[in-house]
Amino acid sequence: MSGGDGRRSAAIAVISTVAVFTLLALAITHAPGWPEVRRTFFDWGQFKDSLPDIARAFLLNVKIFTIAEAFILVFALLLAVIRSLPGPAALPLRLLGIAYADFFRGVPTILVIAMLGFGAPALQLKGIPLSTTFWGIVALVLVYTAYVSEVYRAGIESVHPSQAAAARSLGLTHWQSLRTVVLPQAVRRVIPPLLNDFIGLQKDTALVGFLGSIEAFKQSQIDAAATFNYTSYVAAALLFVALTIPLARFTDWLVARDRRRRQAVGT
Amino acid sequence: MSEALLVDGVHKSFGAVEVLRGVDLAVADHEVVCLIGASGSGKSTLLRCVNLLEPIDAGRIVVEGEEITARNVDVNRIRRRIGIVFQAYNLFPHMSVLKNVTLAPTLALRKGRAEAEEDASALLERFGLADKRNDYPDSLSGGQQQRVAIVRALAMQPQLMLLDEVTSALDPELVAEVLEVIRELAAGGMTMVIATHEMSFARDIANRVCFLDAGVILEQGPPEEILSRPKEARTQQFLERIIEAGRL
Repeated sequence: MSGGDGRRSAAIAVISTVAVFTLLALAITHAPGWPEVRRTFFDWGQFKDSLPDIARAFLLNVKIFTIAEAFILVFALLLAVIRSLPGPAALPLRLLGIAYADFFRGVPTILVIAMLGFGAPALQLKGIPLSTTFWGIVALVLVYTAYVSEVYRAGIESVHPSQAAAARSLGLTHWQSLRTVVLPQAVRRVIPPLLNDFIGLQKDTALVGFLGSIEAFKQSQIDAAATFNYTSYVAAALLFVALTIPLARFTDWLVARDRRRRQAVGT
Repeated sequence: MSEALLVDGVHKSFGAVEVLRGVDLAVADHEVVCLIGASGSGKSTLLRCVNLLEPIDAGRIVVEGEEITARNVDVNRIRRRIGIVFQAYNLFPHMSVLKNVTLAPTLALRKGRAEAEEDASALLERFGLADKRNDYPDSLSGGQQQRVAIVRALAMQPQLMLLDEVTSALDPELVAEVLEVIRELAAGGMTMVIATHEMSFARDIANRVCFLDAGVILEQGPPEEILSRPKEARTQQFLERIIEAGRL
């Protein structure tokens, strides 16, 4: 393609994009009911008033998913490894692993959160934490460990058996071959789906608000209830999206870097 | 005479298919034995059984006087003494060449990193791969990858090397560099069992050629005898087909 063609298609892309978005904007703002929609969801004054509180509450979401993800990544890997153990002696462990994954993937997340968040403190046992946030994190870890272990397991199974055979033929134990040869390749391959589940987790932190923890969603609910205006929900939504988009770009970069590195000629 | 390897009445089935039907083979120290035979005759399976990558159904395998197919032997200890190189190289793609070579010595032999790297560098140097030590496998040619795979096996200082059609996946112009490496190993006195389709190479390097057919060693002897004056009709047929294909 010559430079002239390139400039021409760039110009067409710009013009058509501007035209389409202008038309969309006009259509939306001239639709019947738009003034009500704008007042209810896109009130700039409400937005400015509610954003600081929601942003502060959003820090709790960040805290919840950061702590939860750290445990999930480790527990899920353990679960996946348990499910890939060879030999008849490991059968009971494999069965427990399967039962765990089946159960926690089948039960609605909100149900697990309610069960632990309301149920565990109600036991009134000594030493059991009463914090709803604590139990919300536990519930998210339980549920997401089941999902993420499936992702790891798919990764482990995608590594060709000849890789493990090569490692074992060199005298490495099953565990050494898993740790140094199979898992590093498996984990690299599943980074995109791992991120997908991480984004799911970030969004599901809003479910903890259901227990009463003041996170972004709960805070926006409080604001909406006080003002009969729903702009606060939009503010919360923007905060969630602002976090996931850079994360998605970061993963793309990681995957591209790994590919470059594997084909690299050393220095 | 002490035998490096003794295969005694080995049977192996995959499901209903009996791939090895009573293989007997004795390999002396410093001997180079080439296994020839059609695809599916059991060459690869035999090598994988000797490396304990496949459990055998009957018979026994003895390496340097120790029965490795006995119950309760430590398979990891046995495999450290037996190197195997595969047709598809099976290098670890997420590790540099140097790391591929030092992984097993550091983990299985508990060598220090510095010592393992020094030994690996010496081996890579010896096989003309010194400048590739920091490269990753995907950036190497097939011939280079296979040479790295051989070095990786040698780094464990095995008493016995098994080579499973190590040139079959290579472009023709890359075969010579790999065969050259094997020749050097033979000259250095390495005991080797080599499954190969390269008949001229077998003639050149082997002390003995074994013709496998339908899971048994049908005929064996010095290469000039087996390759030029085979007694068995099956061996003659096989070699005729090879000549037709222009591989002899």
